Amino acid sequence: MRELTFVEAAREGLAEEMARDPRVFVVGEGIGARGGNFNTTVGLFDLYGEERLRDTPVSERGFTALCTGAAVTGSRPVVDFMFIDFLVDAFGDLFNQTAKLQWMSGGRLKMPIVLRGCVGVASQFGPHHSGNYYPFFLHVPGFRVVMPTTPADAKGLLKTAIRCDDPVLFLEHKNLLNLKGSVPDGEHLVPLGQAVVARRGDGVTIVAIAYMVREALRAAEQLAAEGVDAEVIDPRTLAPLDLDCILESVHKTGRLLVVDEDYAPCGAASEIATQVMERGFDDLDAPVRRLNGAFIPAPYSEALGQGLVPDAAAIARAVRDLLAE
Amino acid sequence: MTHSPDVPRDRLLALYRTMLLIRRCEEQLVRLYAAGAIRGGCHTYIGEEAVATGVCAQLRADDAVFSTHRGHGHALAKGIPPAELVAELLGKATGCSGGRGGSMHLFKPEVGFMGSSGIVGPCITLAAGAGYTARLQRTDRVSVAFFGDGAVNNAAFHEGINMAAAWQLPVLFVCENNLYATEVPFAKATRNPSVAGRAAAYGLPGEEVDGNDVMAVYAAAGEAVSRARSGGGPTLLECKTYRHRAHSEGQREAGYRTAEEINAWKARCPITRFRQRLLQDFGAAAADLDAIEAEVRDLVQEAVRFAEQSPRPDPATAADHLYSEEDGDRA
Repeated sequence: MRELTFVEAAREGLAEEMARDPRVFVVGEGIGARGGNFNTTVGLFDLYGEERLRDTPVSERGFTALCTGAAVTGSRPVVDFMFIDFLVDAFGDLFNQTAKLQWMSGGRLKMPIVLRGCVGVASQFGPHHSGNYYPFFLHVPGFRVVMPTTPADAKGLLKTAIRCDDPVLFLEHKNLLNLKGSVPDGEHLVPLGQAVVARRGDGVTIVAIAYMVREALRAAEQLAAEGVDAEVIDPRTLAPLDLDCILESVHKTGRLLVVDEDYAPCGAASEIATQVMERGFDDLDAPVRRLNGAFIPAPYSEALGQGLVPDAAAIARAVRDLLAE
Repeated sequence: MTHSPDVPRDRLLALYRTMLLIRRCEEQLVRLYAAGAIRGGCHTYIGEEAVATGVCAQLRADDAVFSTHRGHGHALAKGIPPAELVAELLGKATGCSGGRGGSMHLFKPEVGFMGSSGIVGPCITLAAGAGYTARLQRTDRVSVAFFGDGAVNNAAFHEGINMAAAWQLPVLFVCENNLYATEVPFAKATRNPSVAGRAAAYGLPGEEVDGNDVMAVYAAAGEAVSRARSGGGPTLLECKTYRHRAHSEGQREAGYRTAEEINAWKARCPITRFRQRLLQDFGAAAADLDAIEAEVRDLVQEAVRFAEQSPRPDPATAADHLYSEEDGDRA
């Protein structure tokens, strides 16, 4: 075991997969000699050169579709889009081509493409660099959506994503990039569709998405001091979703809070809440609650951003309300 | 039969046969649409046969073609059997996409036909991506994007051709300029009337070709394909042509083009012109050309019979192949 940051661990996973499979290549703005805006590819250009670490023009739609064409002809591209706000330009081709080509071709074309980059509100990046947008990809059939929260999972899930023959959104919350954690030595792969219980408890279930896992764990410590033993679940992948893990917890606790910094309407929290109510209604002692970010674009000014996304205190309050039901 | 100095006799007759095959297939699809057997969009290629025929005759089976919504001709020219094309439009299990796609979503990677599309533009960037694979894997494969004049004012044209030129990818971009994007005249959609002329802006060769002259298309495509195959990068080919029928079957001629214009282009029918040329310039025997006509007619009739008698797809298979591994991930 070593201590690595989230970024270092993911980069180690990418480097291992590039060494393992010459069909893997990376595209993005500044991912060549510069090593990536978020240091995602530092050191790799010297090893593999520009054909496998391709600096692109500012053509998000173009290079995402280009990589889609590369994927169906036998390459395994990794699109490093930096901020998911930039990937929005490519949504049309992602939904119409990337997501559908396997299905339309009856499985004769494969789509081994990874779309990796940052999501989330952080560092006052403002309205065009703070997007989440992952519910769009949960809504369209064909995508895998992966959101690791620890360095070990960042490495293990990125390696799995690169080996997957389906399009995978690999989303990295900006607040997690520099967090350190233990990463196993040697080959480390984490399967898609397996949630992890980040904290054991039997008083209430908190399902938290991406960075919200960290805040939920802090909230759980506050609640523990009040005698409330919260279980915190990190789904790790939203598609496929490990609903069984969540249902098992709800069976034990009878109460569920879903925390997602993204918008509430038609979001991931809504979907998880609905699926639990459909399959676990008899286990519920109270209605499922959601705690989401404010339904506005992310403002720049700290003053305007107060309470924009949930924090540990807000999560603890929501749990207390839920327990009072 | 005397030969063109460049093109062997068998190849000349094969060009003629492919154009005829496309025309006769399309005529059957028109009939089947009118009879209600084909639903949804159905965009015929009648009048434009020389483009797909001339380009695809320069390709190998392992070269990749990405096509557009008007893709029946590209599919047939690249090697999709007519029976599988007709079956697809009838929504049958034996169709080239198993009934999942219909007219606008034709697939047969086994012959390098990587798909037609209901969205205008992405074929350009997808073909550039296939070119990227060819480079990465050190093969001499090339890829081709077929698209209409409507696509050249879409961002995919700019971004795809720019990247292909910047990275010298082995791609042939074939614009079938039939003067109208659906019903919007090209002249109303852009100021510069030349598509080929745009190539200079991106630093790649651009050439305008008479898209109703199969030998001209064949020659221009041959040059572009051999340049791409030998590492010389992409080419933009603008083939001036015209669709004889409405944008889509079932649509009326809505007054956006004149009867005189339509008739003038019909008089320049690529198949009639090439037949005359074969007879007059290349000394082909009318009997040989008639024999090709008869063979194609039989083939298409058999394709329709096969398609009509084919089973419909099993409803239980509708969700298959959504993901590469069937692991129960159904949201």
